Amino acid sequence: MAPGLRMVRVAEHRDESRSVKTMRFQGRMEARPGQFVMVWVPGVDEFPMSLSHTGERFGITYQVLGDGTKALSKLTEGDVVGIRGPFGRGFSEAGKRLLVVAGGVGIAPTAPLVEAATKAGKEVHLVLGAKSAEELVFEKRCAESGARVHVSTDDGSKGYAGFATGLASSLLEKDAFDAVYTCGPERMITTMMGICKERRLPMQASVERIMKCGIGVCDSCALDGKHVCTDGPVFGLDELERFKELGKTRLDRTGRKTGI
Amino acid sequence: MAMADLGVDLCGLRLRNPTMLASGVLDETAGTMVEVARAGAGAVVTKSVGRSPREGHANPCVVELEVGLLNAMGLPNPGIEYFSEEVKAVKREGVTVVGSVIGGSEDELAEVAALMAAAGADAVELNLSCPHAKGLGTEIGSTPEDVERVCRRVRDVVKVPLFAKLTPNTSSISNLAKAAERGGADAVVAINTLKGMAISPEAGMPVLANRFGGLSGPAIRPVGVRCVYEIYDAVEIPIMGVGGISTGRDALEYIMAGASAVQVGTAVWTRGPAVFKSICEDVSRFMDEYGYSKVGDMVGVAHGTRP
Repeated sequence: MAPGLRMVRVAEHRDESRSVKTMRFQGRMEARPGQFVMVWVPGVDEFPMSLSHTGERFGITYQVLGDGTKALSKLTEGDVVGIRGPFGRGFSEAGKRLLVVAGGVGIAPTAPLVEAATKAGKEVHLVLGAKSAEELVFEKRCAESGARVHVSTDDGSKGYAGFATGLASSLLEKDAFDAVYTCGPERMITTMMGICKERRLPMQASVERIMKCGIGVCDSCALDGKHVCTDGPVFGLDELERFKELGKTRLDRTGRKTGI
Repeated sequence: MAMADLGVDLCGLRLRNPTMLASGVLDETAGTMVEVARAGAGAVVTKSVGRSPREGHANPCVVELEVGLLNAMGLPNPGIEYFSEEVKAVKREGVTVVGSVIGGSEDELAEVAALMAAAGADAVELNLSCPHAKGLGTEIGSTPEDVERVCRRVRDVVKVPLFAKLTPNTSSISNLAKAAERGGADAVVAINTLKGMAISPEAGMPVLANRFGGLSGPAIRPVGVRCVYEIYDAVEIPIMGVGGISTGRDALEYIMAGASAVQVGTAVWTRGPAVFKSICEDVSRFMDEYGYSKVGDMVGVAHGTRP
């Protein structure tokens, strides 16, 4: 049977920006970049979170959005949370020159990818996009791993002024890359799909849907017959293109398709 | 080499093999149900659907255990009006669909069942046995009187085969099965999950947001096999066996206890949708080796000569 619930203590909890925090846990978790865990805040909620740190003192990096993450954000060192996982299919590195495009908190699952790829001797360029300079997360971490970091901000407060996809597009114009990896808002993913298809570049993206069980039984995260929790969250370009629902609809908690 | 015939005739439904996807697992959307049928299931049973949309319980809604799975999804469903389109979409792909329905009263169940049949479901399964949703499931199917009354009421409005899925959380599941038969059900499905609970000592509270849930998987198989065996002695209508089936051997246990077909749910978690094909291959090999030409020849053989 698959790994079950594991109760762990918070080892460290810190602010990355005004709305993004990183929580590290005591203990180890081996996982591929892009895999996720279900995080249980006892008495509040359980939700999926990408691993931003694997191995010893594994951890998550998250945006405070709803009641669950709000409760999570109040926890301090020594508090206990439940973890299930790691689950899902992560990124697989192919080629020698990689372009990673991360929008907002989409850097959480891609930062371990950047680190693993640079460690494996690949040339990694990272487009790190955020609303503003204060919202940039893991810029230093990724630069220290050896990746070339290209910053974009929507408001132009740092680096390229505009969306990460615009900056990614101009990098692809100038240089040859073997593959593109992305995580961020769904519109960013669909834009990158168009760019990569045109250039016939392999691409992988991490996709989000409402998730309940996390283990491929409940069908809540269904996407055209596939499941984000077990078939994803990382999908290749061919798969992404087959998803008619991508960029258009998502299931609500009752299982009804609703517009994105 | 002789090739065993895996086809079964269930209340007039012709299934290419005796495996069905159990209700509640990978069956909320048409796309997924079609995928599971393509992976080898002889039929799919839908998520239990009611009159109105339900979000289900808050998370956590599952606990993975060494011996199975504890869940309290809480019957999330988009409501029958919306779901009718999903059923139609599955039917367009030629898949045999059993529509599972829930309701807070026999009138509501009858209304939803009629709409489910109208949408094209090949059969209707009454969920009289979910152990973790207030006012639904077990709460309207725990006594023979309730089961008989509900079956009779739905029978009045539904022409397609009617299955009653029963709860093992009772002192006599045979009495529930007899009541379903009296009420006009064409078959019974046994068993639903066993009511259970898991507590996190570190958190000092139950893990499931709903506190209680339903236990499924290998742990409950001996209970399910026993229930089917008892029901086989009690009724004439066919039985679908469900509870902890993940291999051909498990399916054969149920079939020999008296099940005409089997449903598989939790094993989809541990083994993926490929589990259906794997079970069928196991059963087929067994039949060749032990000289059974039809699945029907094995049904109830564990009873010896039927009394």
